[in-house]
Amino acid sequence: MSERKIRVIVAKPGLDGHDRGAKVVARALRDAGMEVIYTGLRQTPEMIAEAALQEDVDAVGLSIHSGAHMALIPPILELLKANGQEHVKVFVGGIIPDEDIHSLLEIGVAGVYGPGSKTETIIQDIRTAVLGSTT
Amino acid sequence: MDLAASILEGNRLALARALSLIENDTPDGRSVLGKLFPHTGRAHLIGITGAPGTGKSSLVNQLAHSFRLPPVGADPCTVAIVAVDPSSPFSGGALLGDRIRMRDLAGDPGVFIRSMASRGSLGGLAATTSSIVQLFDAAGYDLIMIETVGVGQAEVDIARLAHTTLVVEAPGLGDDIQAIKAGILEIADILVVNKADRPGVENTERALRSMLDLAQKPETAWIPPICRTVATQGAGIADLIAAIRQHRKHLHHSGEWQQRDRTRLRAELELILRETLVSRWRQTITEADFQRAINHLVERRLSPHQAVESLLNGGKP
Repeated sequence: MSERKIRVIVAKPGLDGHDRGAKVVARALRDAGMEVIYTGLRQTPEMIAEAALQEDVDAVGLSIHSGAHMALIPPILELLKANGQEHVKVFVGGIIPDEDIHSLLEIGVAGVYGPGSKTETIIQDIRTAVLGSTT
Repeated sequence: MDLAASILEGNRLALARALSLIENDTPDGRSVLGKLFPHTGRAHLIGITGAPGTGKSSLVNQLAHSFRLPPVGADPCTVAIVAVDPSSPFSGGALLGDRIRMRDLAGDPGVFIRSMASRGSLGGLAATTSSIVQLFDAAGYDLIMIETVGVGQAEVDIARLAHTTLVVEAPGLGDDIQAIKAGILEIADILVVNKADRPGVENTERALRSMLDLAQKPETAWIPPICRTVATQGAGIADLIAAIRQHRKHLHHSGEWQQRDRTRLRAELELILRETLVSRWRQTITEADFQRAINHLVERRLSPHQAVESLLNGGKP
């Protein structure tokens, strides 16, 4: 039996085209031994939830620089729950104002990472959230 | 509720969970597959292989799209896609990017896309890909497309697994000797020249054509057609689908469908037998004996073959 691999989707919901951050994080997670499903730009909440279901992921990483995070993230959380995937941890990266960070964490987002965040922190947080929840 | 029963009822979450159990080669995964195996053997398995950057994912996207929206008179098929990308040999992680090209398929309940990391396996597929395909087959998908890692010269595994193997080429990727080396003739049921709007497409097609003409085949044998496509624009896809349907018909008429099924199951049986025997035998031998055998190799007192011989004869080198 092979070791438990953490599977993560990295997606960019919404309309901004700034995918450098998402690619850097995707690469870092791969180098940390995770299997990263990269779905690319301009994803709708429905597309992200569907991909999370088909790929049976442990975590979803969302990168948003458009300011539309409060419009895009709640539907993703609801769709995951509706699909029976409430165990999937959701992480958000991008430009998120402080007051929104609190609201996001309150509705169930596992972590929010602004500019300057270290990839080591993100990797560690995903590991803790995912492996801690399955033991 | 029982996982196998949920899958037969069309529960997508159950299917996704079971795919993971099988991919991780767990006892639960084996048990689900054991229950569902009688339901396999119906799907048409289509392999798509070729060098990196030839457009395999875009082609799969277009094919699935067209199979879902067939011309009037034909029934739409349900489609499962298994897309394999390489694992990093250093970290064991993987970046699976095939979904980027498959956006058009989002929101269609008749399509199920699963990305797989190769997890150290060579030959373009992962070790559990054939089991994953069996699960999709049992779940009732009519067509299963298997996209290999973009390797280029070692895709024999896919020809063994699939009923119909598409080898994807693109203009400007090396001369005809490359094509001969890669053994395309042996594995291709259909040759696809993708990116056919690029310069050099005539040369690529001519090289493939002359290779085909050189091959010695009995008259009744299937001659791989060459299809030109521009996957990003959907050009040539209808002809390619016609060729796939034609090949399927040929397999049924010639009896090759059953033959390939038998060959595939035999290969799988042998593989599992080999792995099981080795792991069972490893449990009968102590780590110390094993290390001693390696020491003898390092000291050049035994050759590898002699060491195996003595290990098998009681484990005392």
